[in-house]
Amino acid sequence: MASILAVDDSASMRQMVSFTLRGAGHEVQEASDGVEALRLANDKKYDLVLSDVNMPNMNGIELVKELRALADYKFVPVLMLTTESAGDMKMQGKQAGATGWIVKPFNPDQLLSTIKRVLG
Amino acid sequence: MSIDLSQFHQVFFEESFEGLDVMESQLLDLTPESVDAEAVNTIFRAAHSIKGGAGTFGFMQISDFTHVVETLLDEIRSAKRPMLRMYVDLFLQSVDCLRAMLSSLQAGDTPDGERPALLKTEFEKILAGDDSAAPVSTDSTVAEAEDVSGGAGWRIHFHPGQDILQTGNEPFRMFRELQELVGEDSLTVIPDTSAVPEISSLNPELCYLNWVLEVRKDIDKETLASVFEWVEDDCDIRYEALSSATEDADAATETDVAAETPDTDQPAAIPEAVAAAVNAAAAVSASQAKKSPAKNSEPSSIRVSIDKVDSLINMVGELVITQSMLGQLGQEFDMSRLARLQEGLSQLEHNTRELQESVMKIRMMPISFAFSRFPRLVRDLGSQLGKDVNLVMLGENTELDKTVMEKIGDPLVHLVRNSMDHGLETTEKRIAAGKAAQGKITLNAFHQGGNIVIEVKDDGAGLNEEKILSKARERKLVPENTELSAEEIHQLIFLPGFSTSDSVSDISGRGVGMDVVRRNINELNGTIEVQSRRGEGSTFVIRLPLTLAILDGQLVRVKNETYIFPLVSIVESIQLQKRSLNHITGSQFVMKLRDEYIPIVRLDNLFGLRRKEEEAENPMLVVVEGDNEKIGIVVDDLLGQQQVVIKSLEQNYQRVHGISGATILGDGTVALIIDISGIGKTVEPSKTTPGSEQAA
Repeated sequence: MASILAVDDSASMRQMVSFTLRGAGHEVQEASDGVEALRLANDKKYDLVLSDVNMPNMNGIELVKELRALADYKFVPVLMLTTESAGDMKMQGKQAGATGWIVKPFNPDQLLSTIKRVLG
Repeated sequence: MSIDLSQFHQVFFEESFEGLDVMESQLLDLTPESVDAEAVNTIFRAAHSIKGGAGTFGFMQISDFTHVVETLLDEIRSAKRPMLRMYVDLFLQSVDCLRAMLSSLQAGDTPDGERPALLKTEFEKILAGDDSAAPVSTDSTVAEAEDVSGGAGWRIHFHPGQDILQTGNEPFRMFRELQELVGEDSLTVIPDTSAVPEISSLNPELCYLNWVLEVRKDIDKETLASVFEWVEDDCDIRYEALSSATEDADAATETDVAAETPDTDQPAAIPEAVAAAVNAAAAVSASQAKKSPAKNSEPSSIRVSIDKVDSLINMVGELVITQSMLGQLGQEFDMSRLARLQEGLSQLEHNTRELQESVMKIRMMPISFAFSRFPRLVRDLGSQLGKDVNLVMLGENTELDKTVMEKIGDPLVHLVRNSMDHGLETTEKRIAAGKAAQGKITLNAFHQGGNIVIEVKDDGAGLNEEKILSKARERKLVPENTELSAEEIHQLIFLPGFSTSDSVSDISGRGVGMDVVRRNINELNGTIEVQSRRGEGSTFVIRLPLTLAILDGQLVRVKNETYIFPLVSIVESIQLQKRSLNHITGSQFVMKLRDEYIPIVRLDNLFGLRRKEEEAENPMLVVVEGDNEKIGIVVDDLLGQQQVVIKSLEQNYQRVHGISGATILGDGTVALIIDISGIGKTVEPSKTTPGSEQAA
């Protein structure tokens, strides 16, 4: 199963995401902002990164840019968790190198079916 | 699959409340004239997280309401609008409103919809004002309506952008997705390699391939397009409807196959694991459901930093090592190993003490939790009273036991209200007195000895001694013609039934006086005193034990029993002089101690201890103070002082009048802890009035 890095500053979202993914047999590492995520990503290569956009210290867009600059993460799928109101966030995310997005609010089923699209 | 989301609700509530606190404090710090972009960002992020979480966990009321708040914040954040004071007020009201809604949701109720609806209208009015960034055109993919259904199927010309791989998008995965969507046999993938360059000029990180995908199935174009949703802007994708009749028969059978086997090619492990998870979740929610009707209040939880938990685990590890070392020693013990045993025991003592300290630290929280409400309170009260007040908070990181913190909140609020209402003068009076127009209230917290000290200080007019004294005389709280020092007069404000305010205002003086504040603090084994200087201001000093779980105790002996007095309540201990005792009605004795008559309590009588022998040789009198009343308690002997761990008597036995708890002493015996104010109540209050003449 895949190893996934879940980045969100909201603990409840992180818990929901990682509970769902672990339930599906994935290995999940949580990070609460971009800085922490980047540090973790430097230590280990994850198969997938799920990241919130609005976070303190380093937001999701900056995180994608930083990740894409790492040799290990050139082709690794990175999905942004965005809200529907942030229309141009999708574009910004794309330009920064994000693979795609999951629109909040989402339920566990939507999460699982979406990540299936970018794994394996 | 369905995961029970209610298991995340508690965390969601906690972090939402934290988010609201952050919003509130940032809003209060905000000056509309010079807006700090980072502050607006922080506020926005908090609102955004609450909205996202609420949507995810199904609290639509919250997410609907937060949506308008967020939208306005976003416009301010992206400089489409300036920050106005009016907005700050509106945001603050929204914070209150959200807090109320979340609280009622947390308690399992339906939140009141009226207030959010009103506020929402306000926001909508503002947003409608010049709504240039109104609802973004819903969705561009719906645009071409003519050929939504492909009839026999679709031919898709897929020309990805060359750098598609660098965003982590793999055409292969999209085809797989497409295949799952339409069924294995309904999809044909035809690669087009014409664009691939010579090997010498090929960049391995680019994608040179194009594809033609044939879908032989009646399916919405929109559904197909969802597969390419993430890349449609960077790729050239053309959809061509297939309508050839030859493929109809084929398609029909294949649709059947596809319909029967929608998900079977998923590894079997997933459904099983998911089922296990769902069962676990269901079990959790079932057990929660059983518990919840019994107790409506939310389970109180505590957030502990990882460092503290780690040090605890480390400590337990040490303890286990010591235990196994001692165990081994015990199995093959002879006198030659005595030294090692002693060493082991001292190691054990060391471990235990460290462990105790670490566990106590878990309950410790910075006092900023109790202080955080004051900026808002002072702001609101200031505008209500028309006073310009600057609140200064110091020592916010001073740590305090969580239980103590919860109970000190209300008394602190009362003191701050009191300082703002009675302490600080109006701006005109301040200017007339040659003071700065802006009043100042300082909250300060620091550790001193084993206590935490909290000061509430104002630079107002100070206590008016004459007024206090005349009021006290009027209420017969002090006898006529007694001379009291300034300090003694100051203490009068803590007497029950005392309030100097001529009119009962909305802010303070609504029947809850300083006596209640003092009682609440005494209940926490703490003390409060006031220092005041006319024209310069007053300072209320609260002294509290760091924790309620451990008490500094004075051990005393009465007959064969050991009792414990809270050290903080002891005023003095003296030799009991039989002849200075005066007998009044019944079995009640009083003693004249300097200028006061204090009632005398005999614990052996009170607790019905059998007399084994006659009076002890030199009985002692411990003078204690609880609830503003001094009483003398006769004991046979004073033993040592030590810290004792308080065990609840109610949980283990039942409530006993005059006893606040119990502890276990080093020799294994149980000692009862005396409830000083409880004992005080057994004494008839009329006998305790200072200067009462009947004692003679």
